Order: sequence, then C-alpha cells, then structure tokens
Amino acid sequence: MFDILIIGAGVTGCSIAKRLGQYKGKMAVLDLADDVSQGASKANSGIVHAGYDAKPGTQKARLNVKGAGMMKDLCESLGVPYGQPGALVLGFHEEDRQTLEALYQSSLINEVPGCRLIDRDEVLRLEPNVNKDVLCALDVPTSGLVSPYELTHALADSAKENGVDFLLNHEVKALEYQDGAWLVHTSKGVLKTRAVINCAGTFAGVLHNQISTRKVKIIPRRGQYYLLDRMQPLLFTRTLFQVPTKMGKGVLVSPTTHGNLLLGPTAEDIEDGFDTATTAEGLDDILDKVRLTYPEVSLRQVITTFSGIRAHETGGDFIIGAVEGAPEGAFEAIGIESPGLSAAPAIGEELGDWVAYSLGLEKNPNHIPPTPLPKPFSAMSEKERRAAYENDPDYGRIVCRCEQVTEAEIRQAIRRPQGARTLDGVKRRTRAGMGRCQSGFCSTRVMQILSEELGLPLDMITKSGQGSELIVGQIGEKNDE
Amino acid sequence: MSETMIHVDLLIIGAGPAGLAAAIAAKRAGIMDLVVLEREDTQGGILNQCIHNGFGLHRFKEELTGPEYALRDIKEARDLNIPIYTGTTVLSLTRDRKVTAVSRERGLEVYQARAVILAMGCRERPRGALAIPGTRPAGIFSAGTAQKLVNMEGLMPGKRVVILGSGDIGLIMARRMTLQGAKVLACVELMPYSSGLNRNIVQCLHDYDIPLLLSHTVVDIHGQGRLTGVTVAQVGEDRKPIPGTGKHFDCDTLLLSVGLIPENELSQQARVRISPVTQGAVVTDSFETNVPGIFACGNVLHVHDLVDYVSRESMLAGAAAARYLKGGRPPFTRVSVKDGQGVRGAVPQKLDIPNDAITEPVDLMFRPDRVYQNHYVTLRSKEEVLSSQKRMILTPGEMAEARLTPDMLARLRGSELTIEINQEKQS
Repeated sequence: MFDILIIGAGVTGCSIAKRLGQYKGKMAVLDLADDVSQGASKANSGIVHAGYDAKPGTQKARLNVKGAGMMKDLCESLGVPYGQPGALVLGFHEEDRQTLEALYQSSLINEVPGCRLIDRDEVLRLEPNVNKDVLCALDVPTSGLVSPYELTHALADSAKENGVDFLLNHEVKALEYQDGAWLVHTSKGVLKTRAVINCAGTFAGVLHNQISTRKVKIIPRRGQYYLLDRMQPLLFTRTLFQVPTKMGKGVLVSPTTHGNLLLGPTAEDIEDGFDTATTAEGLDDILDKVRLTYPEVSLRQVITTFSGIRAHETGGDFIIGAVEGAPEGAFEAIGIESPGLSAAPAIGEELGDWVAYSLGLEKNPNHIPPTPLPKPFSAMSEKERRAAYENDPDYGRIVCRCEQVTEAEIRQAIRRPQGARTLDGVKRRTRAGMGRCQSGFCSTRVMQILSEELGLPLDMITKSGQGSELIVGQIGEKNDE
Repeated sequence: MSETMIHVDLLIIGAGPAGLAAAIAAKRAGIMDLVVLEREDTQGGILNQCIHNGFGLHRFKEELTGPEYALRDIKEARDLNIPIYTGTTVLSLTRDRKVTAVSRERGLEVYQARAVILAMGCRERPRGALAIPGTRPAGIFSAGTAQKLVNMEGLMPGKRVVILGSGDIGLIMARRMTLQGAKVLACVELMPYSSGLNRNIVQCLHDYDIPLLLSHTVVDIHGQGRLTGVTVAQVGEDRKPIPGTGKHFDCDTLLLSVGLIPENELSQQARVRISPVTQGAVVTDSFETNVPGIFACGNVLHVHDLVDYVSRESMLAGAAAARYLKGGRPPFTRVSVKDGQGVRGAVPQKLDIPNDAITEPVDLMFRPDRVYQNHYVTLRSKEEVLSSQKRMILTPGEMAEARLTPDMLARLRGSELTIEINQEKQS
C-alpha cells in the first residue's frame, strides 16, 4: 500500500513530489504518458508571471506572487535556466490606457513590486523593435522566464532521488474509496493508497467529479505557438504582452531562456484534451496578432510550431486542497492554467506539506537536497570545457551541431534519476534536436546512444513512447506491401 | 591536450568534397602547413551516404557512386600527406581566424590560422521551417536523414511514403525506398516545376511510376504516435492551397526534400557577409569573403546540383588561398556582379580584375528564377553588352554558367557587371 499517489507528472505534480521527497513514506507519481512533463508543462509560454493581472484575493493571485518569488532560488538549486528580463504590456489604442491603469492598480493590491505605466517614448527606448504605433505600456520589471520542461524534469529527478517512484504509462481510469483507503484504477492495474493527489491537468475534472460533491468543468484550451531561430542580437529582451482579453493574456512575443523568440499562443476551446495539432487558421491568427507588436515578423525565422493544452476551469480560480465532499485522503490541485507554472513552487510546498501533515508523515532524515544540473557544454567557458573533457572525453564529441550538445550530456540525460527514454526525452533534457535543423543531423546518433544505454534494439527506440517507433525494420526484410 | 595555440598557415573546415578538393589544390600549390577538420568520423561528407551512381561524369568522365567519388579525393589527400582530423567539430571562428575545435581524441584545441577555407556544406530545411499544420508524430524525416538511415545504418524508416518537395535527395530516396520494398505514393511539389535534376525525375520517378504532383503541397499531418497520413492539396498561382482540393494519403512516412540551406553559423560568428539570395558568403572570384583570409567554397557558398562543380570550385578556392598566403598580389580593380532580370544568386558577387594582363577566364554560376526556353543569357557592363548567348532551357533545378573571357574582363574595368535573361538577343 502506498502512502501517497500523485496523479499527473506535470510541473504541479512534480513540484508536490519534490516537496514530499522531504518526508518518509511510500509514494509515487502516475502519468499516462511515457515521460514526465508531457502535457501543458512541455508546451507553454515559459513565463514566470509577476502576478499583476490575477484577480486580487484569489488563489491564483496569492500563489502566483508567492511561487514567482521562489522561482529564482529553486531554479538555481536545480540548475535550470531562469531569467528575469521583465515584461511590457503594450497598449495600442486610447481605450487600452484604462485597462493598463486597472492592471497597475491590481499590481499594487497583489503586492507586485516595481510596476509602472510608461509612455511611447520610453517603450521604444526599452524595446526599439516594437511597433512604432505603440501608445503606452505597463512596465513589469519582475516578470521572469523559465524553461518549463527542464524545470519539471529537474523536479522529478529530485523527487526520484528521494524515493518517490514514477509510474509512467499508467493511465488513471477511476478513483474508488474502500475500507479507509483509495483504490486507483489504472491501465496497468489497481493501486492502493492512503491518499491521492489529483494534478491531472486537462483530465483532472473527470477524476474530481467521480469523488467530489462539488462538480467542476475543465475545458481543454489549446494554445499554438511559433518558435523562431536564435538571432544575434536579440530583437526583444523583454516579454511583450498585448492588453489582455477574456480568453487570457493574449498573444505574446517573448524571448525564451535559450535566446529563441516565442510567438503565441492562440486560445481555442476544444473537445479532445489530446489534440495538440496545429492548424493553418491558428498559425495565421498568431502572425496577424503578432504583427501589432512586431510588424516585421517573417516566416523565414521559424524553426518549428507546436501547441499545448491548458486546463481551463470555468470557475476561474485554482482549486487546491482536500477534495470537497470526498472521503478523507483525497487532495487536488486542479484548474491549474496560467499562472500555474509560476505558482508551481508554492503549490508544491503548500499542498505537499498539507498532505504530509494530514497523513502524519515524518520528515526524512536522509533527504538529499538537489544537485544542480551540470552547466551545458554550449554555455561553458573554454576552461570549463577543458575540465569537463578531462573528466569525461565524451564531452569531446558534439552530437547536436546546432545546439552544441555533446555525447557526454546525452548519456547523462539518459542516466539521470528520472532519465530520458526517447528521442524527445533526450531533446527536452539536453536540447539535442531543438535547433535550426530540428534533429535532421543528430537523430540517428541519438537513437544509437539510446540503444546502447538502454540495451534496446534500434527498432524499439521511439520518438515519444510506444507507438512512435522511428524505424520499421532492417533493409532487406520482406515487406508487407 | 595542449593549452597553447596551434599555428597553421591554412585551416579548412570540412572534409567533404569541397574541403578535400580545396586542401588538395592548396597543397599542390605549395602550402605545406595546412590542416582539415571534419566533424564526422569519416572523410567524404554527404557523398558517403549517396550510394547511387551518377557522380563524376564531368570531372572524371566516368559514372561513379558517391563513396567511389569521395574515395578518389580521400586517396589523393592521403598521398599528399594532408593532415585531416575527423570527429573534430569546430565550435567557433573569429574574424582574425582563431578556430576553436573539440574532439574526443584531443579535447579542446585552439588554432590560429593565416587563412581559413569554409567548406561546411549545407543542411536540409526541416518541417518546422515550413510550418505545416497538424500533429507532430514519428515518421517525418528529411530526405537526407532517411538516406542516412537506409544507406548507412541499414534501417528502414517506413513502408508507405509520401515525399514533399522534389529536390534531388527526395527524388533519389523515392527510388531507394521503392527498391527496398516501400510503396512511394507520390512526390508532391509546391512549384509548377521540379527543383530536381531532370535525369533524376526520369530515373527515380517515371521509371517507377511514382506520380509527381506539381503545384501541390501537404496541408495537414495526421497521427499521434506514428504518422498515419497526410492531406495533400492543390495550390493556386499564389502558392496558397485551393480549398476543396484536399486529398488524403494513408502513409506512415513523410520525407521532406524542400530545400538546402548553406550552414553558415561559423561564418556569421566571424561576421562574414552572407548573401540573402544564396544564403552563402559574398565572395570575389578568388572565393575570398569580405573578411580577409577567409575563403568559402562548395555548398556552404551556394547549393550546387553536382559534386563535380563543387570540386572544380573548391580547387579554385584552394589555389586562391595558396596565392593569398604567398602574398605579393598584383594590383587589381574590383567590379560588382549584379543579378539582373531572371537571374538569382550569381556567384562570385565581386570580380577582382588584374590591372595588367588577364590570363584566366572567370565562370559565373547562377540560377534562373523560373523555367525559360530559348532565352538569352546576357552579360553587360554599364556601357555595353559583353555577350548574349542563346540557351535552349534554363531551369531553377539546374545551376547555369556563363563565362567571362579575359577580353570581357578587360572591358569591365571601372564598370560593373549585370547578368540577365532576355527573350531577345541583346547587342
């Protein structure tokens, strides 16, 4: 019997798991995917929101500001890319002045430091490549950036090092309370636990409604993005929002922690929570809207497009704590859409401690604090590179030429506590394949390294888990056609 | 591992056909202190995975496979004792020709070169750069990646294949996959003409009854884990899909052959000026870039169709680098080359015309912007028409040439050259 099962290995589930790693107990994180960070956590804007726009008095406002305040130290302790370039919310129409004034007022109530309203000249001084038609802006100096999937992977590693298991490819079908314990029905059998924590993102509503007296509605809301190639010098140093709409924060133009430029997202309510396809209409829509901020945007700069699905709860706030009306031992963190990434460190700490306290778990005296991930070869100085090579000659072999990722780093990514098992898993942990050739050159070599490290034949190496095999067999084999 | 700077006269980045030919020419011209750095474990570059024949017809008057062609240069470089370090990736290049490289055998090395030849080749445009809507399953490969899987690793990437783009690698892979038992359903080309060589369209598509759908493109990609199909639609003259023309193909593989891009990341670090048309360096007829002592040749300079011409160009670049290193260059007059109507990406973009006797002609290479039949390629200075010669066919899929004789070069001094395509003979 488990003490705690966490459902969902996104940034919320992994933050809670990392916190629970400080306690003694038998714990695991379940996820239907083949790797952690496979839902909204791998495909979002990567913004650490300052918290000026969340409705004062909500969980969103409180946990956003608290989580954003924790993020820098957390990322440093994990060795995850983080930056705080600030943000501008741009106004292009006279009526936007009022909206920006209201956002400024809420920044004061939410205790977001340093926000101020600025005029056109100052906007263009701070960001000279912004559309010259801009009228005014809210300057948000504390807005930050994080690599959301790298954060989630690092949180998972820390949890795993402290004994929290990860049961992947386990789709949770139903929750059932029986004889003082929870039965978690999964695609791989039934697991028994004292407590469950539902962090199932887009799919959390179904599980919640099975056990709660207060029903919720979670709508999959798709966001499509363009990712642009890195350019020197950076066109924009800050995250550039437009005045928000009722569908969310609107389309942004933002640098990433790796110096690419991200454009998006759309906000489309869809039926299927798995439907991460991009569409011609969605992509056109982004370009149309982005032109307001950045009129010179060109498709020639695009290296890829993608989409992610956020869990929009119709009530409008995060739902965090014990599941209302459910038997004891049921907890949840659901409806975690934006600013969920920013709030994750705070949610993890608060809900983790709450559940541990409820179960009377003792602190783990042997808790291992996280070891920061090693600096990527591409970011090392010449001296650091020489030292890394002395230590491991595989640092001498560049596998991904676009992002300068070495064989040593790819092997490390596979050997990490919650290591990579797929081509995409290696990509998210090392950036091999994330550059301008999009893995054209390195994919065959990464497949070979995965095959060696995992002891699997090449035809069992997948892009993103079972069913996504990359090759169909050896040449010369009889073909069915 | 040495922490001291390694001084060399000439450093060549890349040991594909361009780098090898440049090294051979430089060594023959008397440059003894040179080194070639190659990131792959073998010399020969992309030729190693091109196991089909058709290479060498112009240079050797023989039909060779890619590896056979490469082997001739590899052997000659070895006979000339040219040091070639494989498994060695160049990490950075500065404007004053400091080259940092890394290898598993020797670790980090810093070279100071008196001259550098850029011969890094090109890469394929990926799916992401086309922003094709749809899902992102396994089974979408660039044609070159698929070629590497099949020819180098002996692995089949799929069984039912659609090819987007009719570049030469895509055409070659249509045949290769068919010969290995896969079913190639169609080759889909956005433009109203193919960007591949005519001989490849005949030998790789027609001979295997593979339809070439011109003015079509892939508008949607289906499948979650592995690709299950693509939607192909016709495009109008604006190259935008025509609504209602979508047709579904059941396939597990989509190969992309949608263009090659010179790999100029290192060149840009050294602030080498890049042409927006060729996406390679802007060079003189000595293949020297705007950065003194940095030369470029082969597919990193402009994407070629035939390796024979890569070798020819690179031999000239290697010899030019040797002349640069020996110094004592006679005075010259610099003249610009401009793309006129119908012409895209003429190389070289600058001509350094000697002020005294001119002994050598210069060959310009360019592509037409569309298909032309029975048109004239005209070379003109500001003052006069230098030549206007009829061509039966000019197509963007095949690089064209125009020769500047010593006499024409002499008449260009103090002027500029425009190369253009005309319906009528110019005079």
